[in-house]
Amino acid sequence: MSTGSRQGRVEMTHGGGGRAMARLVEELFVAAFDNDLLRRRDDQAQFAAPTGRMVMSTDSFVISPLFFPGGDIGSLAVHGTVNDVAMAGARPLYLSAAFILEEGFPLADLGRIVDSMAAASKEAGVPVVTGDTKVVERGKGDGVFITTAGVGMVPDGVEIGGDRARPGDAVLISGTIGDHGMTILSLRESLGFETGLRSDSAALHGLVADMVASVPGLRCLRDPTRGGLAATMNEIAGLSGVGMMLDEAAIPVRAEVRAACELLGLDPLHVANEGKLVAICPPENADRLLAAMRAHPLGAQAAIIGRVTDDPHHFVQMETAFGGRRIVDWLNGEQLPRIC
Amino acid sequence: MKYIDEYRDGALARKLAGAIAAEIQPGRRYNIMEFCGGHTHAIARFGIEDLLPPEVRLIHGPGCPVCVLPVGRIDDAMAIAARPGVILCTYADLMRVPASNRRSLQSAKADGADIRMVYSVEDALTVAAENPAAQVVFFAIGFETTTPPTALALVRAKAEGLANFSVFCNHVLTPSAMEAILAQPQDGPDPVHVDAFVGPAHVSMVIGTRPYETFARDHHRPVVIAGFEPLDVMQAVLMLVRQINDGRHQVENEYSRAVVPEGNRKAQALMEQVLERRDSFEWRGLGALPDSALKIRDSFADFDAERRFEVPARSVPDPKSCECAAILRGQRRPEECKLFGTACTPESPIGSCMVSSEGACAAHWTFGRFRERRRA
Ligand code: SF4
Repeated sequence: MSTGSRQGRVEMTHGGGGRAMARLVEELFVAAFDNDLLRRRDDQAQFAAPTGRMVMSTDSFVISPLFFPGGDIGSLAVHGTVNDVAMAGARPLYLSAAFILEEGFPLADLGRIVDSMAAASKEAGVPVVTGDTKVVERGKGDGVFITTAGVGMVPDGVEIGGDRARPGDAVLISGTIGDHGMTILSLRESLGFETGLRSDSAALHGLVADMVASVPGLRCLRDPTRGGLAATMNEIAGLSGVGMMLDEAAIPVRAEVRAACELLGLDPLHVANEGKLVAICPPENADRLLAAMRAHPLGAQAAIIGRVTDDPHHFVQMETAFGGRRIVDWLNGEQLPRIC
Repeated sequence: MKYIDEYRDGALARKLAGAIAAEIQPGRRYNIMEFCGGHTHAIARFGIEDLLPPEVRLIHGPGCPVCVLPVGRIDDAMAIAARPGVILCTYADLMRVPASNRRSLQSAKADGADIRMVYSVEDALTVAAENPAAQVVFFAIGFETTTPPTALALVRAKAEGLANFSVFCNHVLTPSAMEAILAQPQDGPDPVHVDAFVGPAHVSMVIGTRPYETFARDHHRPVVIAGFEPLDVMQAVLMLVRQINDGRHQVENEYSRAVVPEGNRKAQALMEQVLERRDSFEWRGLGALPDSALKIRDSFADFDAERRFEVPARSVPDPKSCECAAILRGQRRPEECKLFGTACTPESPIGSCMVSSEGACAAHWTFGRFRERRRA
């Protein structure tokens, strides 16, 4: 690959449909994402559809800063959509990627982002098969915005949805909460100490495949991204018409995350994750599911953190580690900076 | 984080809960007011009430700076923000406090007023330095904790000749509010019976423990100054229950890791240099209280937004049906308000107590609202 497309800055002509754009697409995107479907250079990707239930999902990424410990906007854009597809219990097959670039953005940085995205997609085994690029004038964007979409197939017999939780079911989490959000916030708020925090950004479909294989009767899967575990639990409680009782002492939180939350006046339950999932299953399957999760590297710190209750008010409650009880509410109207 | 965890330990909490239960005298009631919003928040967030026997009743006090600011002062801030060329710098919570006519600083901002959220008065000084052509006003609120930084900012502004900076001063005084609570009728239709106080943590770091002596000596009310961690609150309750049982009324200091009897002399001197007592100041719920708030001294008059800009300075009644006033007086609980959780939620607050996370209504809605549904 020529290095020409990795020097200088994004110019309006890079989105103009002319030769500059063709060269950028060729040298940067196609070269990095390289696969048969993309190489055909059509305006769409054509592929054979397997029979069965397909899922489709899309997500936009507007994170600032673009690079952070544990990832960057590129890897995040792959992981985020792969995970959204996987939360149906599905096997993700293909991704699309659309870039909105701001005039003046360094092409070297764009190259890093695209490489990281390509690496994430290869590691996940989910190719980027179609894409688009637009350039907006300086000041009308924030460097790079990326939108990805993904399609996947749900294995036969798997029925997963937010409305399927039943009283008595067990609630599990795949690992520590709050790592991604606090990593990003600590970069912004200049906490004044070395936090050692790292985003947990990761593709979870491998973990999901193991879980589905071990407990096909899995009822709900969600990745607690924006709004954190609290939002996810409230969503499921509402959709399923149930309550939740969490056990604070059982919820894994890194000491650094807890410290940073304390300093910024945040609750780890409200902080975003990008490589964690919440699972709900019948109580008799809980131990088997936990074992399957812990056997996977991305679920090594998985834990049973609560149970589904019968509650006409659909309250998500928590036994505090202190010994009391409280509601776990949605985050109230606070404006949080862009974290995903 | 060891430091924090030490004060949140569940096993220690159970031990303290056992000790409190063992002290309770059958048939006796213990009405304890936690003055501070910081305590109100901790009590709700950690579910402390679940660890206390039914004989102990915690009453939320008026120590929430956002809550006690009356509608009229928000209207004044709105008027300042509406002036051309003004940038109003404010804490995020104040943006959502309802002003007159269903407006708020948030709606004023949406309509085009230049209102910026800041974390501290230093941020406002920075805004002033960066915008020399604008008039930058800091909307200062708070008890004695946040007063010294405001005073310091005024000293700096004067020293640096920062002519485009001023402060809309709403600093209020803790002892005056406690005094007002105790001046209320103890019997009659709406009695407020407070047997003892959990005293403020951070405020006391500034003013020390001495200002509370009068409540012990003259009003015969025990006061225990306590930190904001849940074990601090439990420990304070135990100390207060013991005082009540013994018939003692003393000022005790549970928060001795941070509070000394004479407080922070330097901070006090700074406040004294820049600010002086107002003859009277209106509080939401408590009404106009003499000597209960601070204003900017004449020597710093140039930096006083109330003198630089004309404000309506009107007393405006609370929204209809909002019980904030009675809640701040300790007469009602949030769930007794008809609007609680129906018309009034943290997303669309009607009264100030539903805005700040330290407000009694917001704390109860966010953390504790399952309690009365269970009772119902
Ligand atoms: S619930 Fe709302 S309206 Fe009622 S007292 Fe509280 S703040 Fe006022």
